[in-house]
Amino acid sequence: MSEDLGFFFLLMSNGLLIGLMYSLIALGFVLVYKATDAINFAQGEFVMIAGFVAAGVLMVWGAPLWLAVLLAIGSLVAFGFVLERVMLRKLIGRPVIAVVMATIGLASILRGLGPFTIFSGTKPLPLPIRDEPFMLGPLFIPPIQILGAGVSLAFLAGFGWFFLRSRKGIAMRAVADNQQVAMAMGIDVERYFGVAWAMTGMVSALGGILWGNLLGVDVNLALVGFKVFPVVILGGLDSIPGAIIGGLIVGVVENIAAGYVDPLVGGGTKDFAPYVLMILALMIRPYGIFGKRIIERV
Amino acid sequence: MIQRECGVLKTTYEADMGLYPLPIARWTVAAIAVLFFLVIPLTLHEYFLSVANLVWIAIIGALGLNILVGYTGQVSIGHGAFMSVGAYTAANLANRLGSPWPVNLLAGGLMAALIGAIVGIPSLRIKGLYLAIATLAGQLIIEWTINHVTFISGGVQASIEVARPRLGPWILSSQREMYYFLLVFVVLAIIGVMNLMRTRVGRAFIAIRDQDIAAEIIGINIFRYKLLAFAISSFYAGVTGVLYTYFLGIANYEQFQIGVSIDYLAMIIIGGLGSVLGSIFGAIFVTLLPIVIRYSMEAFGGIFFSQQTVLNLIPNLRLMLFGALIIFFLIVEPEGLNRLWRNIRSYFRVWPFAY
Repeated sequence: MSEDLGFFFLLMSNGLLIGLMYSLIALGFVLVYKATDAINFAQGEFVMIAGFVAAGVLMVWGAPLWLAVLLAIGSLVAFGFVLERVMLRKLIGRPVIAVVMATIGLASILRGLGPFTIFSGTKPLPLPIRDEPFMLGPLFIPPIQILGAGVSLAFLAGFGWFFLRSRKGIAMRAVADNQQVAMAMGIDVERYFGVAWAMTGMVSALGGILWGNLLGVDVNLALVGFKVFPVVILGGLDSIPGAIIGGLIVGVVENIAAGYVDPLVGGGTKDFAPYVLMILALMIRPYGIFGKRIIERV
Repeated sequence: MIQRECGVLKTTYEADMGLYPLPIARWTVAAIAVLFFLVIPLTLHEYFLSVANLVWIAIIGALGLNILVGYTGQVSIGHGAFMSVGAYTAANLANRLGSPWPVNLLAGGLMAALIGAIVGIPSLRIKGLYLAIATLAGQLIIEWTINHVTFISGGVQASIEVARPRLGPWILSSQREMYYFLLVFVVLAIIGVMNLMRTRVGRAFIAIRDQDIAAEIIGINIFRYKLLAFAISSFYAGVTGVLYTYFLGIANYEQFQIGVSIDYLAMIIIGGLGSVLGSIFGAIFVTLLPIVIRYSMEAFGGIFFSQQTVLNLIPNLRLMLFGALIIFFLIVEPEGLNRLWRNIRSYFRVWPFAY
């Protein structure tokens, strides 16, 4: 295999794996949008808080890993429930900008909370997996990315089953489809809003642990949230398979851009290319690859 | 002299359309003018004047954003980027061509208006949430471009020094001189927005906000007016960026990052969407908030924490209070400080008789 082709495959494999890790975060965003029509500009901060909890329990208390994971999931699920009750329920029926700004405000609060937690500075979040990457010909694959991709795909399968087969999932789809009709059919719409936010909390908790392991836990972990928008716009805001496909596309595009365009312009295209792609997607197909076609014509 | 009306008692069209409905309005405007043009600049210390200057700059930016978000109903998270366009246009013109500040100011504003209209193009196809994300992309792409294209940013630091503005032989360098310089533009900006909203264009903006389909049916060209709203709003942003550059003496993209866009959105939400007075209140509030937090923490924080912790906590406290205030106003008083002010006024209108 030639050198160039090897480099290309390396970028592709890296992109696909990191893309699946983006999907994990985007899943949380999609769940909330699907069920409640609200958009969560604080998704990155959810992930950050989960990382803080896990790293805090693990490093400061010295508790075992399973307890840290459990506590991170538990606290984020509880946080999602409470958040829906005290903040988002009061904003139902208000203009888009109200919800956008409320979640931006929330992001600001969570970011400010960081240093009030028990530690400061970047903390590692060790997981019991090997550090050295697997070598497959020209490819080298860090085990954490395989784990992340696995968790993403597991969630995809899990949510696929949940929304297609389980009673709660079908109720949530009904809520997403038409809130008034769902209410008339005897579905407790507000309860499912809470469930959706709690599910987002759960996904974000795992995202926080995996990304925390990859990047280290500090306030900058929240910047991962900026990657969510290209992912969900490309895939479709309300589509769970869309979050996976969007994540893969963004992962590949940013790695290809970093590998081939960076040497020409001097760096930084990694964060830039997905947004250019997103603008194009917004102009051509704003509802995304799998999204529902209900964009109002303006 | 100080009485207020207790009903509509006008008998002529002239009285109805008068600029000052009552003598007291004339006196209020005169008193405010004396306060801001004479009392404040001549009595306050330079430091407080520099704070006032920051407030003036914020007011112009908030007015601009309110045209787009408050009056036209188009969400934009890219205001900071439009400011940077104005700032770098002016800085490059000043340094490369040595052009005087009025030219730079106008050019910065127009360049920002052009870029703003381009970023606003998606608004013709998408709205609401999608538009918010599109303008967010615009913000990040403009930030990246300025940071990476050395022709614009003037080198690795991405900052360009700019000479002080001068009027003839008079170089405006002290805070007091900048105060008057900026105040003139604040007055122009306020009068500009107030009058804009009384014209055909302004009414069209409001119609688009209230019900875009109805607006189209009564003959408003949505395509043109949405782009116009983006352009006018970005013009204000560009002017804000130029003024900020002259105020600091340096153009630096770090002054216009996404956090700034969010600050300005917070200003108009806390102040009140779709109102001039709200933009002013919001700009004052959001600009003074970090300063007040810093002073109060320095004064009282030492009681609870060590000196070093206090210094670390200040920026975080600002973030948290800022976020909490946004959420508070959204939930409790969506019409913002402007509404609170109106409530107070209408209470005192008939005071002490509660009829």
